[in-house]
Amino acid sequence: MSTQTRIDRRFAELKREGRPGLVTFITAGDPDLETSKQILFGLPAAGADVIELGMPFSDPMADGPAIQASSLRALKAGQKMRDTLDMVAEFRKQDQDTPIVLMGYYNPIYVYPNDKFLVEAREAGVDGLIVVDLPPETDDELCIPAAEAGLNFIRLVTPTTDEKRLPKVLQNTSGFLYYVSITGITGTAAPDVNKVHKRIELIKQSTALPVAVGFGVKSAEQAKALGAVADAVVVGSALVGAIAQNLNEDGTSTSKTVPAVLDLVGSLAAALRAV
Amino acid sequence: MSTATDQAQDAKLNTYRGGPDERGHFGIFGGRFVAETLMPLILDLEKAYNDAKADPAFHAELSHLNTHYSGRPSPLYYAERLTEHLRGVAAANGGDGGAKIYFKRDELNHTGSHKINNCLGQILLAKRMGKTRIIAETGAGQHGVAVATVCARFGLPCEIFMGATDVERQKPNVARMHMLKAKINPVTSGAGTLKDAMNEALRDWVTNVDNTYYIIGTAAGPHPYPELVRDFQSIIGKEVREQMQAAEGRLPDTLVACIGGGSNAIGLFHPFLDDDSVKIYGVEAGGHGIEVENGHAASMTGGTPGVLHGNRTFLLQDSEGQILEGHSISAGLDYPGVGPEHAWLKDTGRVNYVPATDSEALQAFQLCAQLEGIIPALEPSHALAFVTKLAPTLPKDNLLVMNMCGRGDKDVFAVAGYLGIDI
Repeated sequence: MSTQTRIDRRFAELKREGRPGLVTFITAGDPDLETSKQILFGLPAAGADVIELGMPFSDPMADGPAIQASSLRALKAGQKMRDTLDMVAEFRKQDQDTPIVLMGYYNPIYVYPNDKFLVEAREAGVDGLIVVDLPPETDDELCIPAAEAGLNFIRLVTPTTDEKRLPKVLQNTSGFLYYVSITGITGTAAPDVNKVHKRIELIKQSTALPVAVGFGVKSAEQAKALGAVADAVVVGSALVGAIAQNLNEDGTSTSKTVPAVLDLVGSLAAALRAV
Repeated sequence: MSTATDQAQDAKLNTYRGGPDERGHFGIFGGRFVAETLMPLILDLEKAYNDAKADPAFHAELSHLNTHYSGRPSPLYYAERLTEHLRGVAAANGGDGGAKIYFKRDELNHTGSHKINNCLGQILLAKRMGKTRIIAETGAGQHGVAVATVCARFGLPCEIFMGATDVERQKPNVARMHMLKAKINPVTSGAGTLKDAMNEALRDWVTNVDNTYYIIGTAAGPHPYPELVRDFQSIIGKEVREQMQAAEGRLPDTLVACIGGGSNAIGLFHPFLDDDSVKIYGVEAGGHGIEVENGHAASMTGGTPGVLHGNRTFLLQDSEGQILEGHSISAGLDYPGVGPEHAWLKDTGRVNYVPATDSEALQAFQLCAQLEGIIPALEPSHALAFVTKLAPTLPKDNLLVMNMCGRGDKDVFAVAGYLGIDI
């Protein structure tokens, strides 16, 4: 087995092409399994370079209103962890190149439980994990077993991660680093590009890993500005917001739901390709 | 031959009071499951607390406030008429027992509950850390009132997160917080109860990391909160040891306290955990009944291990790890988790955890008001409900202490509503 993962290969390609990547976040099963699959399957053609697929959780403590609502829509529609893994397996039948990172909170994994989850995620074609409430102090829980199972464990670096703490955060991280551009929850404040730029330069002195920037990126303009200083830009709240804005009053999907999300991804991708 | 280190480890295993370990674990429970943004803050707090613990000036200031501001020590009161009543129940069932019942009167503290014990400790920590803004979650509003009180006393602005459902059912406490100049943020996500308030407080904290101190109200959350809240509440049990010695010349035989997150209970229990002769009971909110799915808030009697709000503990959750809302008549017990030290004490078998239903708590509430002239909060009414079942089965020389952790002023309108009394 090559030690290069699908994520490593994708970031190497982006580097060769000389452009920042677009990382798109949607919640699996939002607003329902079928619609969510259509969005997922359409993301690569719309311009997503890496896909973060949210595992819905009842209590998303680090997320703002848009992703909270998205998570609750998915749960209300009956989304289960096995459905999320099946979505990835079906996606893999048609796409062998686009990395998928499952993102969420620890409890649904812990209850699955961990060893079964890691085996099934790997089998489904998942490439990496972001688990918001597992800091490096808890690496023996899931991070190290995930690495042993061949999954990248992607870590968040935040404005409160100082230079002293950074090596601890980097220690068992692989794939890429996710720089959280604000102190706060997803999809709220707008990041300050100059501050982000300085932090990323500092981080890059300590690691060769690619750095993606997210939390609060809403527009193509912002994506473009951040794309100039990072290896990739993560957009999430804006995409699930587009889902929310294109539903029937009873919360069911409309003919506009899927195109609204994919069109937004298209415009973000175009902006990043113009960097 | 065993080494000194082995002996030290053996000694540690032979105590129930040695936890948590340096990573915040009580057995498999506890820990620090938080987002990276909060991790440096929690490490700072741990350091600040360790410094404070070693500083006599910190203890002296806290002790002074406990005495002169809260009114500690709270009395240990012999509930004579309740004792006689339950001996009558025992006799009617052909027995000759009936434990001697004492109330630890923590409802007489300033602000009306045990919550002030913890808030005074934490506000002093916040001051030491140079924080200028306080946030907190609250369920019944007892913690919110205590936080608003210490913030007024120390001149710090505070914001309280409270579920919208709880704002509605605990109006008197909402009014008190307003008087104390706290800003109340009603939380409408989820069922609008304590769990949702805690989510929202965490979201605020992650946003305002530089200046804000989060006063968690119960012995739960990421390490070091379960430890420091327990330490500040342990004054309850320490006083009971001395007071019972003075009253009866020996230790109590039985301890009973209600459990939501479990801060009043761990405060009473902890100083007695290594006294094998003392039997200990934690009473959870049985709501409509443990058999009713999502109809109770008894996370230990009816839950499974999981990770929420920074710690591993027993949770009310479905097979997918999604957290259930739970239900209790008491806003202060209406939480789907429990402090990690209780989870461990359940696992080790040291403490017995039992449920009491909404209707049992309502009956106990009335019994206490009518026999003792004490209107209890709905939270300790659950403990009292269990006492009314347990005491008649115990011998007359059994010394039972129940923690009367809050007064019922806040509940009188809600209880009148349940009982169909027009006020």
